[in-house]
Amino acid sequence: MQAHRPGDPRKRVELLSKALSELADPPIKVMEVCGTHTVSIFRQGLRTLLPAKISLVSGPGCPVCVTSQGEIDAALSLASREDTTIATYGDMLRVPGTGTTLAEERSRGADVRVITSADEALSLAMNDRTRSVVFLAVGFETTAPATASVVLDAWREGLDNFMVLDLHKSVPPALGALASDPDVNLDAFLLPGHVSVITGLATYRFLPERFGIACAVAGFEAEGIMMALVEVARQIRMKRPRVASLYSRAVRPQGNVAARNVMDRVFTLGDAPWRGLGVIPSSGFFLRKEFARFDAVERLGVAVKETPPPVGCRCGEVLKGLIDPPFCDLFGRSCTPAHPVGPCMVSTEGSCAAYYRFQKRGYLDWKD
Amino acid sequence: MCLAIPHRVIALKGPNRALALAGPVEVEIRTDLVPHIKEGDMVLVHAGFAIERLLEEETGELEKLWEEIRELAGP
Ligand code: SF4
Repeated sequence: MQAHRPGDPRKRVELLSKALSELADPPIKVMEVCGTHTVSIFRQGLRTLLPAKISLVSGPGCPVCVTSQGEIDAALSLASREDTTIATYGDMLRVPGTGTTLAEERSRGADVRVITSADEALSLAMNDRTRSVVFLAVGFETTAPATASVVLDAWREGLDNFMVLDLHKSVPPALGALASDPDVNLDAFLLPGHVSVITGLATYRFLPERFGIACAVAGFEAEGIMMALVEVARQIRMKRPRVASLYSRAVRPQGNVAARNVMDRVFTLGDAPWRGLGVIPSSGFFLRKEFARFDAVERLGVAVKETPPPVGCRCGEVLKGLIDPPFCDLFGRSCTPAHPVGPCMVSTEGSCAAYYRFQKRGYLDWKD
Repeated sequence: MCLAIPHRVIALKGPNRALALAGPVEVEIRTDLVPHIKEGDMVLVHAGFAIERLLEEETGELEKLWEEIRELAGP
């Protein structure tokens, strides 16, 4: 490696940018799937280094953002129960449901606790058996195995005051939905690093094989992201799309088999609603019948209904990479991180929030 | 939300827990998802759970790619 890879990191990124302009001809459209990539790309100013022939759009890789309005409302409906504690990752607190948020409900007296690990949600239930604890389980393959692990713990312990509102989603089917959408029209995916740690590479093979889409798993440093862009540009140039990994420090080709076994034990795949993408077949992880007593939907009769998104919010188009956030009329006007209208402005990984923050700090180069 | 942070395992605590260091910060993590974890391992931790062991170096693919990048981008 030493022979070809310069020691100076700035020189490396410079060379990568140069190689990219050689390769990206004709122009290509690449989607970075992962919200952490979106933020990383902004923070490191990578957009300013990209040749104009590469258009980089953000995808559905922020779990809070793709949670459907009906799912948010289902979570909110639990907050009004007297005997119930809600345990949630912080990102969900300020997401606007129809008429309210978890943060507002908390200020009105609802027992909403912010946790950083599924293990803490379980501890809440173990430490006070007089209250029901509902864990709002959002997230992709990276996060779902932790939920599966604590459901197994609760089952072994015979806990009867712990439940999960299970909103976990699977990334590969969503990429399939985008790949087959003619409006989206992608040449390549930068695949998410930490989702791929769990899934491995084989699950994405249908993307090059069926749709001719170039794929590379990217790490999160500037160099890793640029390398992945070079790799997909090169696949397109050679007309040999495949699934490459540029993040072999963390991603094994077979993924994390132990984690997938735990997930298989607890979850079964079913159709799930995604904001902007509609219902995608086999894209949601649902608790198996055997674990129905930990399922808030079964136990408490919460229903996930079809509910329209906030008026004027274009999160759906943002999540499909059809528009950049500033094209939404509400962006920066009635919709800001302090007063978000849609989930893409709430989560720090949401595209709208990332554009807003980094535009303010002058990190954006406007191409049009 | 899928962010995972490298941690160094400093002590195992029972069958599915360990103490780990992220920079100077010591935290307890769950180790259910990474079998045969050992003291000294670098692991990626997401939402309180170790999700994979980290290798010290990238392998294979990158080297070949750099060779091509050098050719494309000139000296
Ligand atoms: S700027 Fe706000 S209203 Fe517009 S798409 Fe983004 S989150 Fe929705």
